[in-house]
Amino acid sequence: MTKKITIEPVTRVEGHGKVTIHMDAQGNIQQSRLHIVEFRGFERFVQGRPYWEAPVLVQRLCGICPVSHHLAAAKALDVIVGAGTGDGLTPTGEKMRRLMHYGQFFQSHALHFFHLSAPDFLFGVDGDPAIRNIIGIALTKPELAVQGVMMRKFGQEIIRATAGKKIHGTGAIPGGINKNLSIEERDEFLKGADPLNADKMVSWAQDALDFFKGYYHANKDFVDNFSYFPSNHLSLVRKDGALDLYHGVLRAVDADGKKILHDIDYQEYADYIEEEVRSWSYMKFPYLKEYGKEKGWYRVGPLARLNTCDFIPSPLAQKEFEIYKALTHGKPNNHCMLMHYARLIETLHAAEKIHELLNDPDLLGTDLVTKGTKQKEGVGLIEAPRGTLFHHYRINDNDQIEMANLIVSTTNNNEPMNKAVNNVAKSVMTGKEVITEGMMNAVEVAIRAYDPCLSCATHALGKMPLEITMIDPNNVVLDQKRSH
Amino acid sequence: MEQKPQILIFGYGNPGRQDDGLGAAFIARMEEWLKVHPNEHIHLDTNYQLNIEDAEQISTYDKVLFVDASLEPIEGFNITKVLPSEAKVEFTMHAVSPAFVLDLCQKIFHRTPETYLLHIKGYEWEFIEQLTDEARANLDAAFAYVSERLAKNPDQIEFVDQ
Repeated sequence: MTKKITIEPVTRVEGHGKVTIHMDAQGNIQQSRLHIVEFRGFERFVQGRPYWEAPVLVQRLCGICPVSHHLAAAKALDVIVGAGTGDGLTPTGEKMRRLMHYGQFFQSHALHFFHLSAPDFLFGVDGDPAIRNIIGIALTKPELAVQGVMMRKFGQEIIRATAGKKIHGTGAIPGGINKNLSIEERDEFLKGADPLNADKMVSWAQDALDFFKGYYHANKDFVDNFSYFPSNHLSLVRKDGALDLYHGVLRAVDADGKKILHDIDYQEYADYIEEEVRSWSYMKFPYLKEYGKEKGWYRVGPLARLNTCDFIPSPLAQKEFEIYKALTHGKPNNHCMLMHYARLIETLHAAEKIHELLNDPDLLGTDLVTKGTKQKEGVGLIEAPRGTLFHHYRINDNDQIEMANLIVSTTNNNEPMNKAVNNVAKSVMTGKEVITEGMMNAVEVAIRAYDPCLSCATHALGKMPLEITMIDPNNVVLDQKRSH
Repeated sequence: MEQKPQILIFGYGNPGRQDDGLGAAFIARMEEWLKVHPNEHIHLDTNYQLNIEDAEQISTYDKVLFVDASLEPIEGFNITKVLPSEAKVEFTMHAVSPAFVLDLCQKIFHRTPETYLLHIKGYEWEFIEQLTDEARANLDAAFAYVSERLAKNPDQIEFVDQ
């Protein structure tokens, strides 16, 4: 007899998804799939709209990472207004955008660590679900909960100062930025009352990293073996190979570190990347054309970025990067759970870059926008917290968007997330008769490591209980569980 | 002299998803209303959704009114008092509730502002940046109810009958 287990939705993931696990009569895992409801209608939504509206419109895609969409769209439109392909902005224009982006990274990574992942580290993957959350952290380690909340707040304040309002941020515009940073804003971020200042944020980012390193050393076997699998890795890198979250060339390496995409200009991404449609998922499966569907899939996000880059251009993060790289003797890291380690190194890097930028007088400049000769088409890529984000637009003679193509970070991670689910299901569910909450959470831990953003929807639509259904080959429900 | 309570009115939801924009639309109206009825103790904010840092924000106010669109079968709108609750701790980030934010506020900032939730009934949730006529009518009624109370007793605002 074959059993089918459905986990729906995945909790503590941005948005919702459903996991089905097919088992045979002996309890072996036959197949596992992560089904994601993705709202592809958005690309049609922007068609016909004036191109300059796109950086504001695309923020509606997602309440989690509006800044990433805002900046990716603005970068694509830089090309369309003739302001170059990411390196043609004025110093103030580019640095204000970078500050906004690092603010987004800092708050997004902080949220993921303190709110979504740290509960698993503190209380165990199979710990009591009643306390395995940030409320549990608040009760047992209140200083850590405060730290998480205030790091979020600091990042949000950076975004507010650079992008404008939380809803309808308008900071980035085609060709540049619509405001600089005032001296008062800069001084508030640099010298604000404790803890809301850049020095404290660097210090707390280091503390969070040290916390994870402590967890890792105490749980090395578990972390190293949890859903390990080799893969390709893709991200932007700066032209000299440095980690660059805002702009660069597109590089991919294989599981051994061999370059398989050689620092290409991302305006030509469509020559190298294709998306496969599979009948059972709304979300596409991207892959490198040259290597085909079977071998060309890749991971994006923190793990991938630290595998593709050669170094990190900020001192504290570089020091941590060297320790991290030594774990795999300089080779790519393919450990699912070390995504958290990589994410926290990036958090430290973001804090350092925020600190560095705040001391840069260019942020106070008044030359905000670059103008050039209009083009019909443009591609904008950015490293969103969850991974590489692609925005591609073409306009018509009336300046309306006639074509939009978005490949969001979570789509790029579709195949690896499926592999991760399958690995964990085989590890914890093989031969089991009863699916425990701990097993369910183990599957979710694997997905959460990728910090997927499945939302692009409304909060109202995201309210769903966790449900597991076991179904036999005759579609008879054998067992069903709900979390609440 | 008795200190006047500091009040936060916080609308949330995605204006790009039709009636999910009710919270933001409420705040936009309130901004206009405050131009005519200035009150320095009333503060406004909006976001796509509630998140953990909102626990810190509400900790600095005496009263909080959250405004959200609702899928529930309510008549037009309703206001309920929010009590701290960790019942919804297994959530997607799209479902952080006012009760959860209040609970977090209480646990880590040791403050419990008097908190209410104004739910306004919505109907459609597609990628359209416009409220439905039915939702707009509910918004009108909800706004009239709240603004009347604000105008009647701006020094000691009660969002529900005591």
